Amino acid sequence: MLPLNATIVKINEESPSVRTFFFDYQFETMKPGQFVMVWVRGVDEIPMGLSSKNSITVQRVGEATSKLFELKEGDSFGLRGPFGVGFSLPSKEEKTLIVAGGVGSAPLAPYAEAASAAGSEMHTVLGARSEGDLIFEERFAEAGNVYISTDDGSKGTKGFVTDVLSRLDLSAYDRIAVCGPEIMMASVFRLLEDRKVLAKSEFSLHRYFKCGIGVCGACCIDRSGLRVCRDGPVFSGVQLLDSELGRYTRDASGRRVKI
Amino acid sequence: MYTLTGLKLENPTILAAGVLGTTGASLCRVARQGRAGAVVTKSIGPAPKTGHPNPSMIKLDCGFLNAMGLPNPSYPGFLQELETAKKDSDVPVIASIFGGSPAEFKEVAEGLLPGKPDAFELNVSCPHAEGYGAAIGSNPCLVEAVTAAVKDVVNVPVWVKLTPNVSDITCIGNAAESGGADAVVAINTVKGMAIDIESGYPVLGNRSGGLSGKAVKPVAVKCVYDLYTALEIPVIGVGGISSWQDAVEMMMAGAAAVQIGSAVYDRLDIFSEISAGIETFLQRKGYSDVKELIGLSHEMV
Ligand SMILES: Cc1cc2nc3c(=O)[nH]c(=O)nc-3n(C[C@H](O)[C@H](O)[C@H](O)COP(=O)(O)OP(=O)(O)OC[C@H]3O[C@@H](n4cnc5c(N)ncnc54)[C@H](O)[C@@H]3O)c2cc1C
Ligand SMILES: Cc1cc2nc3c(=O)[nH]c(=O)nc-3n(C[C@H](O)[C@H](O)[C@H](O)COP(=O)(O)O)c2cc1C
Ligand code: FES
Repeated sequence: MLPLNATIVKINEESPSVRTFFFDYQFETMKPGQFVMVWVRGVDEIPMGLSSKNSITVQRVGEATSKLFELKEGDSFGLRGPFGVGFSLPSKEEKTLIVAGGVGSAPLAPYAEAASAAGSEMHTVLGARSEGDLIFEERFAEAGNVYISTDDGSKGTKGFVTDVLSRLDLSAYDRIAVCGPEIMMASVFRLLEDRKVLAKSEFSLHRYFKCGIGVCGACCIDRSGLRVCRDGPVFSGVQLLDSELGRYTRDASGRRVKI
Repeated sequence: MYTLTGLKLENPTILAAGVLGTTGASLCRVARQGRAGAVVTKSIGPAPKTGHPNPSMIKLDCGFLNAMGLPNPSYPGFLQELETAKKDSDVPVIASIFGGSPAEFKEVAEGLLPGKPDAFELNVSCPHAEGYGAAIGSNPCLVEAVTAAVKDVVNVPVWVKLTPNVSDITCIGNAAESGGADAVVAINTVKGMAIDIESGYPVLGNRSGGLSGKAVKPVAVKCVYDLYTALEIPVIGVGGISSWQDAVEMMMAGAAAVQIGSAVYDRLDIFSEISAGIETFLQRKGYSDVKELIGLSHEMV
């Protein structure tokens, strides 16, 4: 599939370094947690989780994301997708916990909405560096309870999402969906493993993507060899036991880089 | 069991270079879950290379276009991946290597020897990496020199992977054979490009790249057919194989074994599916050995 042409219809400023770009195409079949390859023409093509059927929510970090931040309503980029395996949706009787850190909220906000629409009772632990960096607090609040943590204590618990998690009765939940910076996910992983609730957890991973369609092998993780772009990006906690999560990743050349 | 240049293969389907071959764990998964008869690594070179900017691969209706740009962690960086693949895959592991000169090919081959690859595959055929690949593979003298240089320093089989982007592939095949190659592999991707008509930009980050998948199968069949006639050494067929029928066709053209690349897009167990399909076909047709298929079409006149 050649990239389709998506025209920006609206831009929301979520935080000083995060913006949501709404475009004129709806991915009707998208499952929360799936991603698109965003082609910033003449620069690069990068993976982004869908934050709704017609939006991506982007943190400015480097060349391609900075170029995206220069775009205005009416400008366009290319999109391929949706790709990959999303979060599994709860059923009506199930209770769901979301753990979102930073821009990890992007794929989890549509998940919260879909889970709540399915009738599941939703709780969210939302973390960020500071109050102004909390992404999609309202969307999570619409769907259910929200517990907040900030590194600097400007809102909610001072500390990390794990400080909130450690006080919750995790056995009360049927599903736990996690996305955020790798260091955060690794500490959540350890906590869930300690509490013996890994089997009901799912994590959305980031690795360097080249093809994005499961052929080139750039995004494979150790020791399973699973492809993050195709077998993931969402994996069950059990699939990640004995994996490289939190230890190392690979750069564009395939070299291991410590986390 | 099936023998190819001295290697013992459970079945004649092999994972092609550059596909799911970046890590040892991935190669093991293709071998164990996919049941490939052997696996070829990503092409490894003398220095780390990040490859071309994305988009580096796109799916078309007729196949795939890619311009990865030979991303690789260099031979020192890849050694531990090769060791993992050798330890846990239980099938022959072939190291694909590239360089800009006979001396560089030799350096990379020697550098990977501690990982004990079962064979080497020389990539003299990548169509979109300046100074590497096809830049060497379209020059018969260089192909012979590169092959001889690697043969000189290794004591495992050496396969040479050929590009179809030349006027006469048999001339390059002959050069590889003269250099001492144990087999040739045909084909690498066919030059191609796609343009986004909304913006006018070529879609691939490298602007152009190589075509693989269904669209190139007739090109590959013809190359294999011609090489089978021209050479004494075995020809390994690759290009557009996605079913057992494709594999049988490639073997009838002269392929001693087949490699599968793009078709892993459909499913990982394509290897077991194709080898089972070949077996059933042999039984239905009353052939006692897969070898009876190899080059069969040449006798049909
Ligand atoms: C499945 C998935 C979903 C993602 N969803 C989001 C999201 O919703 N919002 C968001 O802000 N970010 C998301 N990311 C991360 C995002 O892809 C990177 O921040 C982006 O690629 C950076 O590009 P850059 O050119 O600005 O940075 P660069 O200067 O090129 O690099 C900075 C860092 O970005 C990462 N990166 C660069 N290129 C790639 C690539 N091709 N594939 C993966 N990582 C890359 C690398 O870690 C690199 O070190 C996601 C990543 C993945 C794998
Ligand atoms: C994503 C991708 C990466 C590739 N990388 C390499 C490589 O590193 N070395 C190589 O010799 N061939 C490489 N190839 C070529 C394949 O090994 C194979 O020759 C070609 O794709 C035709 O086979 P197919 O139609 O089964 O894919 C690559 C092909 C693809 C699609
Ligand atoms: S990015 Fe190519 S296999 Fe995942």
